[in-house]
Amino acid sequence: MSQAILTEDLSKSYGPTRALDGVSLSVPRGQVFGLLGPNGAGKTTFVRVLSTLIRPTGGRAQVLGHDVATDPGAVRARIALTGQFASVDEDLTGRENLMLLARLIGLPGNAARARCAELLAAFDLEGAATRQVSGYSGGMRRRLDIAASMIARPELLFLDEPTTGLDPRARADVWAIVRRLARSGTTVLLTTQYLEEADQLAERIAVIDHGRVIAEGTAAELKARVGSGVLKLTLRDAPAAAEAARIADRLGLEAHAQDDPRLLEVPLTGADEALPLLSALTAEGAAPVDFAYGQPSLDAVFFALTGHGAEPEHEPAP
Amino acid sequence: MSPRETRLDRALGAAPTVTAGPRPLAEMLAFAWRAILKIRHNPEHAVDVVVTPVMFTVIFTYLFGGALAGSTDAYLDFLLPGILVQTVMFTSIYTGFILNQDIQRGVFDRFRAMPIWRPAPIAGAILGDVVRYTVSAVLVLAVGLVMGFRIEGGAGALLAALVLLNVFALGVGWIFTALALMVRTPGTVMTLSWLVLMPVTFGSNIYVAPETMPGWLQAFVAVNPVSHITTALRGLLGGDPSLSAIALALVTPFAVTAVFAPISMWLYGRER
Ligand SMILES: Nc1ncnc2c1ncn2[C@@H]1O[C@H](COP(=O)(O)OP(=O)(O)OP(=O)(O)O)[C@@H](O)[C@H]1O
Ligand SMILES: [Mg+2]
Repeated sequence: MSQAILTEDLSKSYGPTRALDGVSLSVPRGQVFGLLGPNGAGKTTFVRVLSTLIRPTGGRAQVLGHDVATDPGAVRARIALTGQFASVDEDLTGRENLMLLARLIGLPGNAARARCAELLAAFDLEGAATRQVSGYSGGMRRRLDIAASMIARPELLFLDEPTTGLDPRARADVWAIVRRLARSGTTVLLTTQYLEEADQLAERIAVIDHGRVIAEGTAAELKARVGSGVLKLTLRDAPAAAEAARIADRLGLEAHAQDDPRLLEVPLTGADEALPLLSALTAEGAAPVDFAYGQPSLDAVFFALTGHGAEPEHEPAP
Repeated sequence: MSPRETRLDRALGAAPTVTAGPRPLAEMLAFAWRAILKIRHNPEHAVDVVVTPVMFTVIFTYLFGGALAGSTDAYLDFLLPGILVQTVMFTSIYTGFILNQDIQRGVFDRFRAMPIWRPAPIAGAILGDVVRYTVSAVLVLAVGLVMGFRIEGGAGALLAALVLLNVFALGVGWIFTALALMVRTPGTVMTLSWLVLMPVTFGSNIYVAPETMPGWLQAFVAVNPVSHITTALRGLLGGDPSLSAIALALVTPFAVTAVFAPISMWLYGRER
């Protein structure tokens, strides 16, 4: 069977800006695929090309076996889009939003009403069903936005940064929904700026930067390259940090300096590497005043993959 | 598994049978329904566009009516048909305002990624506009009737007047639709639309007969489409309909549609 998404050298330029600069990706069906990248990396552009909203300026893209440029109608009939910026109607109530879309996809009146009630209940929006969306919280809006994409069951769902700007509680709700989506067999293309999110939800991950794919693989493969975790150290002062970096180096670890000269980030392949380093630091008088072990930040991912941190904006070439 | 997860699984697993689109008529009606819901949720828009014309009617009739037409009653009969024109034109600004808002907010991205008839969102919005134009015209007319306006032509004339107002506003509305698709913010649509509407509504025969105006203004009033439809409506509602005046009033909406509808559809289909 064909892939859910297949792109070859896909490009999209806006004047001098190459929003997509030769992306070749293959996304299998029935998976959650994570597209990870910083602001301006080209994530939304990729989603907009694949959902037929904009035309590529180069290369080819097939969605569920149909070419986005020559057969957009067939693509639209099989996908759903929950865009980065709320794609629900603020002035309408939650129920009215769903009813409008149910009518548009051709559900007859009773079936439409039943389907909307079912989705409102499943997405915990029953209590807010008759309120205008303008009064919804960010989390409720997102849930409605995803529910709106699931009225008919799409073969492929685009979720563009579904958790950006949400508080931890609302983010956990969206994560739970995406996990259930994956179990239901829907293919999901999820974009995010958080490695942790891609790691939690996606089976395969592509890292994108300046419109190019710079790494691709399973979460495990990616973490093998990036380190599965990172030890964040706060030292007494800048000289102590320099000393700590030397000690880490001696143990075969790489310590990355941060904007704050008292901070260091040390990528590790596992939490068990943290203990020897912390003991060595303490023994040699460079004990950290604070430390934390966690997932590498997007910045650390970029450091490991490209040797430079993630740059927030894509500067057009002079 | 929690009951919540069970509910989610069942909802996500269900696959309702849908009719493969596009079905232009049903989709247009769905979008018209959306437009009407928006009026229900934002009644202040309807009030907005009615308040100014009503205020003008009251002020002009009682303040200047006697001086301009000999009696307030006679002036009201002269003024109200033109005020109705002004009302539907003010209302048509909101067409552009709402459209621009939709585009900025990202709702249209969802529609454009659906297998529906491309012009359906715009065609449906226009259908909804018929409701808005009719509602605002009827509201202003009701105030006029309370103040003593008489429809000499009877129910048939009233119906014809409402149809004429709608055709005129729907035609002219394409200018604001095109404008909405060109500029960045709903606020800009508003400002620019007022800049267009103010001169054409005041530089017309709505408030006073042009005989006392300077020559250059008389020339403008004579070619102003707003004057044409005002004249046609005065005839209709005053019980003295003139076919040639009605025909002249219809020229502009059809011409504007012929030019601006294709431009709007092109702008709408353009990438953003
Ligand atoms: N319509 C447009 N006109 C001009 N430049 C654009 C347009 N859309 C995107 N770009 C540029 O293309 C690049 C990629 O943008 P894109 O929105 O795809 O990034 P993103 O990864 O989605 O970022 P974010 O995380 O901020 O949403 C950016 O440099 C952006 O400025
Ligand atoms: Mg984006």
